[in-house]
Parts: sequence; structure tokens; C-alpha cells
Amino acid sequence: MMLDLLLKSAKGVKVPERKFSEKKAIENAPIPKEVVLPMGQHLGAPAKPVVNKGDSVKTGQIIGEAGGFISANIHSTVSGEVKKIVQLINVITSQPMDAIVIESDGEDKWTVMKKIKDWELKSNEELLARIKDAGIVGLGGATFPTNVKLSPPPGKSIDTIILNGCECEPYITSDHRVMLEYGDKILEGLQVMMKLLSCENVFIAIEDNKPDAIEKMRGFLTEEGLDGVKIVEMKSKYPLGAEKTLTKTLLKREVPMGGLPLDVGVVVQNVSTVKAIYDAIFEGKALVERVVTVAGWVKDPKNLIARFGTPAKDLISYCGGIVGDANEMIFGGPMMGLSQYDLSTPVIKGTNCILMKKAEVTDEKNCIRCSACIDVCPMDLMPTMYVQLVKKKRYEDCARDYFVDNCVECGACAYSCPAKIPIVQYIKIAKNELRKMKVKK
Amino acid sequence: MNEEDNKKFIVSPGPHLTTDKSISKIMYMVIIALLFPAAGAVYFFGIYVIFVIIVGILTAVITEYVAKKLRKREFYMDGSAIVTGLLLALILPPRIPLWVVVIGAAVSIAIAKEAFGGLGYNIFNPALVGRAFLTTCFAGLMTQYVLPVESLTGDAVTSPTVLSEGYVMTGNITELYQSLFFGNVGGSIGETSALLILIGGILLIATKIINWKIPLFYIGTVFVFTFALGEDPIFHVLAGGLMLGAFFMATDYVTIPLTNNGKIVFAIGCGLLTVCIRLYAGMPEGVAFSILLMNAFTPLIDRYSILKPLGYIKPEKSKKKESKKGEEEQKAEEKKTVKEGDK
Repeated sequence: MMLDLLLKSAKGVKVPERKFSEKKAIENAPIPKEVVLPMGQHLGAPAKPVVNKGDSVKTGQIIGEAGGFISANIHSTVSGEVKKIVQLINVITSQPMDAIVIESDGEDKWTVMKKIKDWELKSNEELLARIKDAGIVGLGGATFPTNVKLSPPPGKSIDTIILNGCECEPYITSDHRVMLEYGDKILEGLQVMMKLLSCENVFIAIEDNKPDAIEKMRGFLTEEGLDGVKIVEMKSKYPLGAEKTLTKTLLKREVPMGGLPLDVGVVVQNVSTVKAIYDAIFEGKALVERVVTVAGWVKDPKNLIARFGTPAKDLISYCGGIVGDANEMIFGGPMMGLSQYDLSTPVIKGTNCILMKKAEVTDEKNCIRCSACIDVCPMDLMPTMYVQLVKKKRYEDCARDYFVDNCVECGACAYSCPAKIPIVQYIKIAKNELRKMKVKK
Repeated sequence: MNEEDNKKFIVSPGPHLTTDKSISKIMYMVIIALLFPAAGAVYFFGIYVIFVIIVGILTAVITEYVAKKLRKREFYMDGSAIVTGLLLALILPPRIPLWVVVIGAAVSIAIAKEAFGGLGYNIFNPALVGRAFLTTCFAGLMTQYVLPVESLTGDAVTSPTVLSEGYVMTGNITELYQSLFFGNVGGSIGETSALLILIGGILLIATKIINWKIPLFYIGTVFVFTFALGEDPIFHVLAGGLMLGAFFMATDYVTIPLTNNGKIVFAIGCGLLTVCIRLYAGMPEGVAFSILLMNAFTPLIDRYSILKPLGYIKPEKSKKKESKKGEEEQKAEEKKTVKEGDK
């Protein structure tokens, strides 16, 4: 039953897709003259710089070592000379962090790790060490270190792997293109994952708005002859690609509050991440580049392989520049992405999309209790209550009665609000105030 | 590109997309749906009801404008005052004097809505408060119903409604059902034709503006309860203001519970109260008061219908978990860092 076709619908919201770049083949973006490599490109502790000003480095050479258990290595993405180490603000944690600036010599000389051909004979530790060395993190946007995800704590057994090719955010087509063009590599990387987790039961979840990807992956699957792997066509809905929503929709398993999918025996891995695992094991390449969709108000939207540290302006001008009076630049999709004010902001590991758009000015009205937010919340929360409670500064009630900690900030509520209330902002205020209270205690 | 290099962009919070749906679009959709029973009313009760409707809407909008100015708030034409004025007009008797309409609409907006803080903060359905006010103040005028007219400008003949004690049935039961369904009976302006209300209601359900569960459970409860009491359930479903109330007033976002379960409890409560008032209380019709009463229960229903989030763990269970601390600690750290999961 390899060619299982299942249509499953999730709780969530139907968002406009606008995936205009889905037919554009992946192109290599030019290697920039200078890269800025922040040490915090992942969830967890920032990496520690291990190079100094004036050092000459090669592409793929470690320049920042993982700064803790949940952290990841950072590699140079060009060959050249370390120009300086600067301080930047980490967009994920809002804390200052180091960033290494490297001037390219234009030669792109690589340092490649030993290719592991006989991976089936290698121990799990060896393979995990390679994934860790290569600095691989979840490329879907959450950037959780992959080696940590692939080594479940003792006592937790994994019975199902879900390869996440949903890509539910509007505009983004990078995972879509990766599946179309590197589907075979994804399946080889998948086999490494299956060995690491000793799990044969795999679902590849793809939204039904990518029929060509489903078709292509089926073809690769027939070639590889993997029996336990099933391709599942999911009814497209936002935020289906969020791992808890996906686990619930596909397997009807609810991840316990505050838990992870591994608590219910599931590992969800983004398809681009699995491709990176392939590169690390079979090609010996560290994670130095990724596919970035440049979309929105640019002349020619494209899917580009960009080295980390490439300033956004390079990619935008490669796509013909900004058109119209776009005044907002978003790293990530329009639903969960973060606005950046500066065109020189570098691409990092979690940047799946650079979206240019015109900022929408909305006028916040009173809540009319239409309950649209409640109907779409994938976590079964009551978003409108946070708005009311935060206005009254009753933060503790947000947590005690309405479980604000469970919110994944997917923005489905704010999207569907007819009163145009920025609900996610209220939720962030509540979470922030609760954090402050905790610290005080 | 040099000029653009230094360009600084706007930083705004996500999501950076929002739906086309807005409060005013919802309100105008409700108005369109209400135009079906309103048009039917003109056909059944003559040109005069157009004046009732226009006076109702104008008074509501002007009252809202004045109230906003007095409260030093900005006035938005979001259509909610039009809905209130129109709804009020549709639940008044067809030959109501226009000055009564003015009082009713002014009370609806000024007292039931603006005094509570405007749209979104009102506890009771404004149109129903207006009607309740008029019923108590002008009981005589509010119970003078007429039969459908022969021509649009023709004279009206007063007659009790089908639910009144003074009503005497003529003809057979199928004919009565037919007239109730198509609207050829005496009653409030917009409540007589079940068919036209259904068209409007289905339009709102199809456009996902109202939740189908409310009319279903409201009307279903009335059907089952009257049947259980040995009454004629079809008659009770079609007669009086039940259809209009179930589709257009028990679905008023602001005054009903938030969750689906809460909405079902609310609708069943409305159904039980409607039947009780119709059969056992002094009034012939109970839709308006049953919805108002249930409006009062809305905060309580909300309180007891809070949703349990995905993967909810009962508090007792989590205490047990604490015993296995060692390996959990490491995971707790992971939990802190992974908030949204891999996308």
C-alpha cells in the first residue's frame, strides 16, 4: 500500500496561497562579496566563535561551535578572510549576539568532511555526530537542532516518522521545489533517519496544492522501493505544517500540553532538513546554504540557493529588484515571518522566504465575539479571551483558565478576525508578562 | 540600487495577512439576508411597513451618532445600527404608529447598546430590548395585529395572531401550515414568512456568518418539546417569531456564548423558554423574552464552556509526572526552547 491517498482536513484557516514561484526551478544565487554570520541562527544557546579577525577560512569550515546541548555549529559559507566580529540583535531571542563577518576571496574553496558511503554499517553515534558537525537544524523555520531531535531520550520510542512537505504558508515554495528537484536525495536522507530512530513507519505529508510534488515523490518512492513509506495528500489549510497540528491531523494523536511529538512516538521532520542530512552524510557537506523563496513585490520571484549570511538586498536585486512601493520586508512567510527593517539583514538557517510587501494598515475595532478565532485555533484555545484579559491586565487568568502557554502564535486567529484585532500581539504581551512574574517569584 | 540600499522598512507584527472579512461586511450581509423577509412584509402588509422600516433604521443610526458624540467616541458606519433598526422594525406589529418606532429604536441603541459601551459590549440583543421596552410601555399598541392586506395600499383588518388565545382556526390544518410557511398570516412585520426567513438564514449559513447549530438546536428543541407536551410541533415551529428569532437574533454574535458547546446550550435554553412562555405564561409569544433571558445567562455559559486545549492534561496527572524528575529535566529545557515546533 505504498501509494496511499488520504485526504485529511485540519482545524485551521484557509489562507490565499499565492505561490507564484512554484514553477521556477531552483537557481544558485551568486556568492556574496561579504557574509555576516550570526552565532544564533537556531533555537537554543548561540554558538561560540572559534576564529579570530584576520583568519583565513574555507567554505564549510567551522567558525562557531555549538554552545550547549541545544545549539548548533556555524560554518563559514564562503572562502576568504574573517574581517571582524560584530554584535547583532538576535531576531529570535532579542538578545545581543556575536556575528562573524567574512570577506569572500571569490574562489569558494571548500573543506569537505569524509563522505560516509557505508552508512548502514556505521553506529548511530557516528551518524548523529556527523549531523551535529554539519550544523543541521530544522529548516522549516523553527530551527531546532536536528541531532537532538533525532536522539530521543531513553524511554521514548519512536514508532512513526512524518516527513513534512506541507508548506502551508502563503508565497513560500522552497520545500515544494526541494521535493521536486531533490526528491531522491530526500528519500536517501530519510533512510538514514529511519536507521537512527529504528522506525520503519513513515508518512510523507504533502498538501494537495502541490500535486506535482506528490507525483514526483511517488515516482522516486517506486524507484527506491521503500515499503514502509506512505505519501499522504493533505487538504491544504494553515497551519497544517506546524508539527503538533500535523501529528493530530495525520495520526489523530494529540501531543500533550507543553510536550513534543516524541511524547506520542512521532518525529516530524521538514523535507529540506532531510535533504541537508543527505548532504552531510553522503556528500560530507556542512549546512552552508539553503533554498530561499524570494517572493512578493519583486520583479521576478525565484527560488534561490543562498549561502547563509547573504544580505537580503543581493537576493532581491538578483530577482530584478523591488517593484512598486513595497515598504515591508518579511523573513519567513506572511503568517509567522518577522519583519526586518534593513535590506542588509543576512539570510540565516531558518530563512525559507524573503517576502516584499506593502504593509497593511488596519484599524482595530472592538471584538464582536464572532468566535472566528476560536473556530480556527489549531490548539483549541480561545484567543479572543486573551485580548479581553490583557486589556484588564489579568495575565494570570490567561494562563490559569485559558492556557495561553499552549499558543503556538501561528496567527490563524488574527488572520480571521473581522475586527482586525492583532490578537497575536496581545498573546505575546500576556506571555511576556507571565514570564516576568515567574522571574520575580 | 544604492538609494534602495539604505532604505529602511516598516516593522509590523505578524500575521502580515488578514482576511477580507470585516465587521461592516458581516453587517451588510446580514442586512441583505434580512431584505428577504422585509420584502415579503411589504407584500403582505402594504406600503406602510416601508415607513416603519425606514424610520426604524434612521432613528437607530441617528441615535448611535448622537450617543457616540456624547460619549466622545468616533462614529463608524459599520452597519450594526442599521441591522438593529431593521430587526426592530421587523418584530413590530404592521400598523405600529411611527412615533412608537422612534422610541423603540432610540431605546435599542441608546440604552441597550451605547450605554453598555457600544458594539461588542452590549449584554442584551438591542433590537429585542427595544421590543421588550415597547411591549411593556405600549401593551395595547403592541398587540394590535392585522391580517395580510388585499392590495399594497389597502386597508388592514385587525385580527389576533395565530398564537393568541382569541384566534379561531378556520379551514384545515394543511392550509394553516401553508399560510404559515409562505407568510400569509397576521403577525409582526417580518416574522410571518418562514420561507423568506429560511432563504435569508441559509444565505448567512452559506457565507459562514452565522453558526448553523444555533437555529438547528433552537428550532429542534421547540419541535421536540412541544411534541413531548402533546402540542402540534409543526405549528409551533412555523408560528410566531421563532424562525426570525432563531436565525437572526439568537445568532447575534455579541450576546451569545463563544464556544460551540456554549452556543448549543444557549439555543436549547432558548427553545425550552420559548415553549414554556408560549404555553404557560401570560404572553402569547415568548421568542423575544426567551432570547433576552438567555442573553443574561451568556457570561455564565461562557464561564462553564471554556475549551480544553489540544493535548490537555488534567492537573492531577502532571503531579504524578514530577516523580520521574531526572530525565524530565532535560526535556523541560527542550520544551522551553521549542515553542512552536518544526514547521
